[in-house]
Amino acid sequence: MGDFILEMKNITKEFSGVKALDNVNLKVKKGEIHGLCGENGAGKSTLMKILSGVYPHGTFSGEIIFDGRELKLNNIKDAEDAGIGIIYQELSLVKELSVSENIFIGNEPNKNGIIDFDRMYYETKILLDKLNLNINPNVPVKNLGIGQQQLVEIAKALSKNVSLLILDEPTSSLTDADVEILFKILRQLKDNGVTCIYISHKLNEVMEITDRITVQRDGKTVGSEDTKNLTESEIIKMMVGRELTNLFPKEEHQIGKEILEVKNFSVYDSKSSSKKIVDNVSFTLKEGEILGIAGLIGAGRTELVSSIFGSYQGKHEGEIYLEGKKINIRNPDEALNYGIAMVPEDRKGQGLINILSVRNNMTLSNIESYKNNFGSVDENKEIVDVKKYIEMLKIKVSHFDLAVKNLSGGNQQKVVLAKNLLRNPKILILDEPTRGIDVGAKYEIYKLIYELVKSGISIIMVSSELPEVIGLSDRIVVMHEGKKKGEFVNKDVTQEMIMECAIGGK
Amino acid sequence: MVNSKGFKENDVSTNKKFTFNLKLYTMIIALVGIWIIFAIATKGDFLTSRNMSNLFRQMVSTAVLAIGMVFVIIAGQIDLSVGSLLGLTGGIAAIANVWFHFNGILSIIIALAVGLILGAWNGWWVAYKNVPSFIVTLAGMLVFRGILIGITNGYTIAPLSNDFQFIGQAYLTPVSGYLLGIIVLLVGAYTTYSQRKSKIKYGLEVSPSYLDIAKIILMVVLIGLFVFTLNSYNGIPFSVLILAILAAIFTYIASKTVFGRRVYALGGNIEAAKLSGINVKKITLILFAINGLLAAVSGVVLTSTLNAGSTSAGQNAELDAIAACVIGGASLSGGVGSVIGAIIGALVMASINNGMSLLNSAPFWQYVVKGLILLIAVYIDAASKNKE
Repeated sequence: MGDFILEMKNITKEFSGVKALDNVNLKVKKGEIHGLCGENGAGKSTLMKILSGVYPHGTFSGEIIFDGRELKLNNIKDAEDAGIGIIYQELSLVKELSVSENIFIGNEPNKNGIIDFDRMYYETKILLDKLNLNINPNVPVKNLGIGQQQLVEIAKALSKNVSLLILDEPTSSLTDADVEILFKILRQLKDNGVTCIYISHKLNEVMEITDRITVQRDGKTVGSEDTKNLTESEIIKMMVGRELTNLFPKEEHQIGKEILEVKNFSVYDSKSSSKKIVDNVSFTLKEGEILGIAGLIGAGRTELVSSIFGSYQGKHEGEIYLEGKKINIRNPDEALNYGIAMVPEDRKGQGLINILSVRNNMTLSNIESYKNNFGSVDENKEIVDVKKYIEMLKIKVSHFDLAVKNLSGGNQQKVVLAKNLLRNPKILILDEPTRGIDVGAKYEIYKLIYELVKSGISIIMVSSELPEVIGLSDRIVVMHEGKKKGEFVNKDVTQEMIMECAIGGK
Repeated sequence: MVNSKGFKENDVSTNKKFTFNLKLYTMIIALVGIWIIFAIATKGDFLTSRNMSNLFRQMVSTAVLAIGMVFVIIAGQIDLSVGSLLGLTGGIAAIANVWFHFNGILSIIIALAVGLILGAWNGWWVAYKNVPSFIVTLAGMLVFRGILIGITNGYTIAPLSNDFQFIGQAYLTPVSGYLLGIIVLLVGAYTTYSQRKSKIKYGLEVSPSYLDIAKIILMVVLIGLFVFTLNSYNGIPFSVLILAILAAIFTYIASKTVFGRRVYALGGNIEAAKLSGINVKKITLILFAINGLLAAVSGVVLTSTLNAGSTSAGQNAELDAIAACVIGGASLSGGVGSVIGAIIGALVMASINNGMSLLNSAPFWQYVVKGLILLIAVYIDAASKNKE
């Protein structure tokens, strides 16, 4: 078996008790393009972070054999020195610097600390020529298109003489033409003996470019196979083929008349206003209904719901009807006044004020309602409510005046939920409501969601976890690259059906 | 349903209050320590009622600035323009009073209006035009000082009319001082009582009554000592009364009102505050406007105390105010701070100035010592946080 350039053996990595990787094995042959597939959260990125030294040796168990010897990486530099380069989904170029400065950042050719710009230019030129790229090395990176920036990243990796190149979702923001160029370059690299690990959700691309594929699921390796022996639907099956556990306490609830209609809704990128992130999406929501919105990362789900809630920065067009009346929401305050609340995706960044107490966080949205005649907050009335919700949501906290940063993820999420519930919403949007929280807390949140719909609240739930979407939703909307790709009434819907839709098939 | 046991075990409210106040207590202890050192070094001169009276009067202008500044800092912003604004509004008041012969009250109202408007000007650029507050107020610092020098032609404007001088130089009669102390005590006792009643009404746990009684006794002692000391000299200075009233109002705003809660929220995490339906732009604008208004109050008091408007009034005062806030526990990254802390911080700064002047040490030492105290105060805070 000497032809493996990389063997990762029995890799296990835990984050505060949760296994992100469980005995993972990955073998990559020399000179091949190896596809790595799996759902969001299957552990692909964690595995690659281990391989590139982000998580240093000792923070995980298992061993890495690279080029015949065991690797013990302490940092990213070690990985680079060993010949492993990684290109992240989020480009890591310094936009204000030139192409050559970016490529040689951190190891600039210099004489006594003075940068030798001529040599830097010359070597960049050689590198770009090798990739058949017609880019001026002196141009600032910000003037290049996204596709060219991606290629500069590759050039940067190659400048470090990598023998293994990892690409994490390299095509997520590329046009088809750019993808063609990228593939040409990858094949060329392969001919030059560079090995690639190619991570992507886009199965058609994986099928086209890779030689072999490894599929991961829930932190475990499902299997590896030569690409030519696989079909897309077989890969999907490997990706999602888990049992639906009885984590979902399906409870009967009454679904009423239509409460919300979103019509021809489009959202433009907050950074480049010509790019549509959500493209002409329409859906409805009924009273007491749980509407799941599924899709892969980058499908535009968060942008859709946060635009409805009025918190997304980019502009949007389209119509929203609440109980038959057309409404126009410009900011979260207006949304809350209409009875639409949202638990955002990014709990720490958008949901909570870390340094403030549980109480102050909970009543942040409805603080006006405790105002007494002197304009002050009636704290006792407030505390009564806070205690009620701590009890109702089973929030584990020793005191309500403790800062939320001391709470576990699940309890923090419950505080965010309580904050939104205190506004008595008619519609509650949940964006990834169980991200990063443990199974016990998940179960409690699912129970709570049923409690809410039983009391007549309608829920829109964005989730990347298919079992969650299928286990909870009454109806499921699937998005793909900004478009609504399908809608399912949740009856005999399988994960395969949703996944196929989310990937853009059919 | 009601997990009464759970709450019993959870209820550490008294404990929690104690830890919150620990920071305040440390500051008070530090202040007392500084006073003791000066008292020993000056052989008791520092603690005479005359010097205490002077000390409190000296702290007023920095403390008033610090009250406004601490709100801005809690909101995660900074205001470098208040020193210049203090000078400008004080100068405008003096010009109105001396050159145009407006009466004191009208002159003061004009100055306060200018402070409010220029503060709102700062706030508008920060909140609605997204220019960083450091830059907006740095510009304000230059512009306001420039205008001051321009309109005064570099002259010192004096003397003020009697009604204007009153603000910074008058004292309450001893009787009215004691009367005021008694009123404050009665209000304090009543609030304690009504809070207790309200807690019982909502079925919340009340702290043991001996604690409330101890609290009232402590108030009696502190206020009594304060009024007695100042009455032994000339009485409570009118400017100190203004400071006390402002401190009470703004402590109330910070800790008891919806507005105050929102200021802490937006300083703690502006994104989360926005998503919670808070109009962060409006609040930011109001904060800077209030800060401008307080800078004008400070300017009026200082002008009145000095009986003159001058082009150099309030130079570097913004730095003293920021230092006072930070010594008083405010964090420049936002979300943390208190009005009472800022005032104690200002008192620390004023004590160092006053004590070192009494000791006849060269002025440069005051800068060095103040600078080091600021550094050490923040270091202690950071170190204790790391330990957590």
